[in-house]
Amino acid sequence: MTSAALPDQESVATPAAVPTLTSHVRGYLSRVRGGEIGALPAVLGLIVLCTVFAIMRPSFLTTANFANLFTQGAAVTLIAMGLVFVLLLGEIDLSAGFASGVCAAVLANVVTVLGYPWYVAVLAAVLTGVLIGSVLGMLVAKIGIPSFVVTLAGFLAFQGIVLLLMEEGRNISVRDPVLVAIANRNLPPALGWALAGLAVAGYAAVQTTRYRSRAARGLVTDPLTVVLARVVGLATVLGTTVYLLNQERSFNVLINSLKGVPIVVPLIAVLLIAGTFVLQRTSYGRHVYAVGGNKEAARRAGINVDRIRISVFVICSAMAAIGGIVAASRANSVDPNTGGSNVLLYAVGAAVIGGTSLFGGKGRVLDAVLGGAVVAVIDNGMGLMGYSSGVKYVVTGVVLLLAASVDALSRRRAAASGGR
Amino acid sequence: MSATPLLELRGIDKSFGPVQVLRDVALSAFPGQVTALVGDNGAGKSTLVKCISGIYPTDAGEFLFNGRPVSIHNPRDAAALGIEVVYQDLALCDNLDIVQNMFLGREKRRSLVLDEPTMEQMAADTLAGLSVRTVKSLRQQVSSLSGGQRQTVAIAKAVLWNSKVVILDEPTAALGVAQTAQVLELVRRLADNGLAVVLISHNMNDVFAVSDRIAALYLGQMVAQVKTTDITHAQIVELITAGRSGALGLNAGNGSNDTGGEPAAAPGAAR
Repeated sequence: MTSAALPDQESVATPAAVPTLTSHVRGYLSRVRGGEIGALPAVLGLIVLCTVFAIMRPSFLTTANFANLFTQGAAVTLIAMGLVFVLLLGEIDLSAGFASGVCAAVLANVVTVLGYPWYVAVLAAVLTGVLIGSVLGMLVAKIGIPSFVVTLAGFLAFQGIVLLLMEEGRNISVRDPVLVAIANRNLPPALGWALAGLAVAGYAAVQTTRYRSRAARGLVTDPLTVVLARVVGLATVLGTTVYLLNQERSFNVLINSLKGVPIVVPLIAVLLIAGTFVLQRTSYGRHVYAVGGNKEAARRAGINVDRIRISVFVICSAMAAIGGIVAASRANSVDPNTGGSNVLLYAVGAAVIGGTSLFGGKGRVLDAVLGGAVVAVIDNGMGLMGYSSGVKYVVTGVVLLLAASVDALSRRRAAASGGR
Repeated sequence: MSATPLLELRGIDKSFGPVQVLRDVALSAFPGQVTALVGDNGAGKSTLVKCISGIYPTDAGEFLFNGRPVSIHNPRDAAALGIEVVYQDLALCDNLDIVQNMFLGREKRRSLVLDEPTMEQMAADTLAGLSVRTVKSLRQQVSSLSGGQRQTVAIAKAVLWNSKVVILDEPTAALGVAQTAQVLELVRRLADNGLAVVLISHNMNDVFAVSDRIAALYLGQMVAQVKTTDITHAQIVELITAGRSGALGLNAGNGSNDTGGEPAAAPGAAR
């Protein structure tokens, strides 16, 4: 009866069995079949989209356009990275787009109108984000208003605040060289290589340390080939990216040389590493997942649920502030529509397309980056194909719906296979 | 196994507004023994457990832990004494793995970073100590576990912290035959490891299979605390439904006929 009801779980397992490459791959495949697909749809979608656009429009494949993708998608990706924290609790922040607009407006006012140095402006913008997040989080956690309603109200109110800060529709230019550089300048090619090398070395060090410490204690480790494959995989991706971005992409080298990794790339990478560290390696991150998975269980385990709920809104709005700074930098100015129109939906779409669940408890910061890449590719590729923004909106909406269906279906699948 | 109860309650009263839920309740739990707490719906079993675990304050009565009077005002006090409760709904996070669930809220850290190898090793040791062989990997998500395996994880979580008293609220209610047997075996093993186990159950077969002593609640009063070997199935059912059975029960000793002073002949003898 036991073995009939629980085919492979209850059979007397040999926990000490050393996993091989094949068993690792088989385990991964069975998890995928069980509904734990993670970022697989985003990666596959990225490959398909890139192939299609490359065939339809050869200009999609140029290094200039490749570099464009990063700067175009940066602001949305940064906002999406913050949204992941909120989505992990099964909440939503619809105000993130205009929160980034408010923070950008604060930045522009401080640096251009008031004439303070760039770092004061950046600090003011991020603090504005923290303040917005605290207020939203308090209203959700302490008063108990659904986050959907709170942030929808925020969506409207922040739109108004941007208008007020812009004095009824004028736009404020941002001319500070440091701020403009964030989204418009590139790293020197040598520095790009150095940072990529540092990232790969760091990743390899983390992986081998984990492997060694687990092996030393006699715990089950991933097979060494898998560890090696991960490091080589990262090295390949980073190496190719840096190589392509370090190519000359100026039309006329005599006028100005244009090569190197855009500065936003290391910015996103640093925040990606920091966010991943917080979520995966600290007890705070563990508690975020726990509250998203089962709030009652988290409460009984002594976790301060309200504090976690407030904190994710703070993180989300602070990341939105950084997204707003990048948007202001890219446009060289802030106008009443900064952070408006499609920004929020693109950001939510990026997080969900990347594999973050709308139901809470599942997701990674990396998802937002992969999903952000998909959104950027759609936006960029459709633009190159000459489609109107109308078509772009429709396609992005359909892709978001598709990602949400995949999320809902994989959840049902997981429930079905988990109920064994 | 000492003759003094590890956990002893005396004269516990508890009211919710005008409704008195517990009336002068006494309960003893001995190390190395399984004490079954039985009673009909609404008899006050869950309320009693919540009083012990510090979720509800009591109106009157005293707690003795190892013979010494103690006061339990909140769940943290209970945990500090080594009292752990496994609730009926288990309180596990589906999206976390076994190790993460077992250490939830009490993660081991090295400065800022979670110390995963230590936690995994402690979890493995605990499960090995309970002779649990049914989970394939400690790193599998709880959502992929069967009901019996989840119950096992919840129990292992309760004993991970050198707890001395483990209270199980209907651990087999939702399980099939084979998984019920597994969980009961685990309950027995907890007692054999020297813990005082309090088992709440509606299932008389489970109670007789695993318990050393039986405490019966009837409408908020403790009507009998007897050795399992001294009582029959039919008598227990009478105590649960009518509050008395022959010389036992209401107006016949009112819960003071505690024969549990000496441990039962041998752990598991009742099986």
